[in-house]
Amino acid sequence: MATAAAPSGRGAPELVAPELVAPRSPQRRTKPGAAKVRSNFELYAWVFMRISGLLLFFLVLGHLFIMNILDGGVQRVNFGFVAGRWASPFWRLWDLVMLLLAELHGTNGLRTVINDYAERAQTRFWLKMLLYTSAFLVVTLGTLVIFTFDPDL
Amino acid sequence: MPKAPAGTLYRGREGMWSWVAHRITGVLVFFFLFAHVLDTALVRVSPSSYNEVIEVYKSPIVNLLEVGLVAAVLFHALNGIRIILIDFWESGPKYQKQMLYIELVLFVVLLVPAAYRMLLHTAETLFGSAT
Ligand code: HEM
Repeated sequence: MATAAAPSGRGAPELVAPELVAPRSPQRRTKPGAAKVRSNFELYAWVFMRISGLLLFFLVLGHLFIMNILDGGVQRVNFGFVAGRWASPFWRLWDLVMLLLAELHGTNGLRTVINDYAERAQTRFWLKMLLYTSAFLVVTLGTLVIFTFDPDL
Repeated sequence: MPKAPAGTLYRGREGMWSWVAHRITGVLVFFFLFAHVLDTALVRVSPSSYNEVIEVYKSPIVNLLEVGLVAAVLFHALNGIRIILIDFWESGPKYQKQMLYIELVLFVVLLVPAAYRMLLHTAETLFGSAT
């Protein structure tokens, strides 16, 4: 804290640089019932985007390479091809982790986009509800398919 | 009134355009993921319904769209690594522009053979293999 005399006169030029709070640093509640308690959610979301991005780099580019470029590319993909791959727990795990990370990463990314462009509180709210509903649907359906796949169908 | 700056470090420059492209590709890929999880879920319905929907991906037009998707993912993935380097590497912010140019070179070098192989597979199915 500055102990020297702070400029006090009205209209006097501000000589002491204002103390700036670092962006995104959470503000703790000092008095009970003062302001809303902030959480570190945005920080964790930021970190998650970077960790999931790094993992998705290998998972997604590997997936695109195997499915579209290796051997016959997409021309060789059919039910039997999927059955052959998912016979191995390795590829099931790969696909499951990729599904969860991509959907969460993308959902959080879209949350940012909605917050940036939707200005009315109501619009933001409903767009995010739509987003979270679709994310829940995709995660549930995708996970169910990977776990309950039946090669003898 | 101070007039708008003629140019800044960010506005209208590499940093801004790579952000725009990162955002557009991210949203695009997210919407594709939605459709892709739905079409893949047909493996749980019946082999024939899955095979039928995968036939769509094998058609020339949709295959061309897939090349576009691969391009979008590749840009987003490479640019994502650049963002991570800007955030965590001490010299990242200093070299953000150079990293973008390296990224664009990598993008072209990786995309051209990938697009070639994808379209070749589809052409071979259409017209038969050359060999
Ligand atoms: C392949 C590897 C990937 C990497 C390395 C990556 C990396 C990143 C990074 C670092 C960010 C910035 C987050 C921030 O600014 O806080 C981001 C944003 C985003 N990503 Fe990814 N990502 C990848 C794959 C994906 C996939 C598969 C999707 C779609 C399902 C996706 C959708 C998005 C969206 C929508 C955003 C928000 C864009 C914005 O706020 O402007 N990303 N990504």
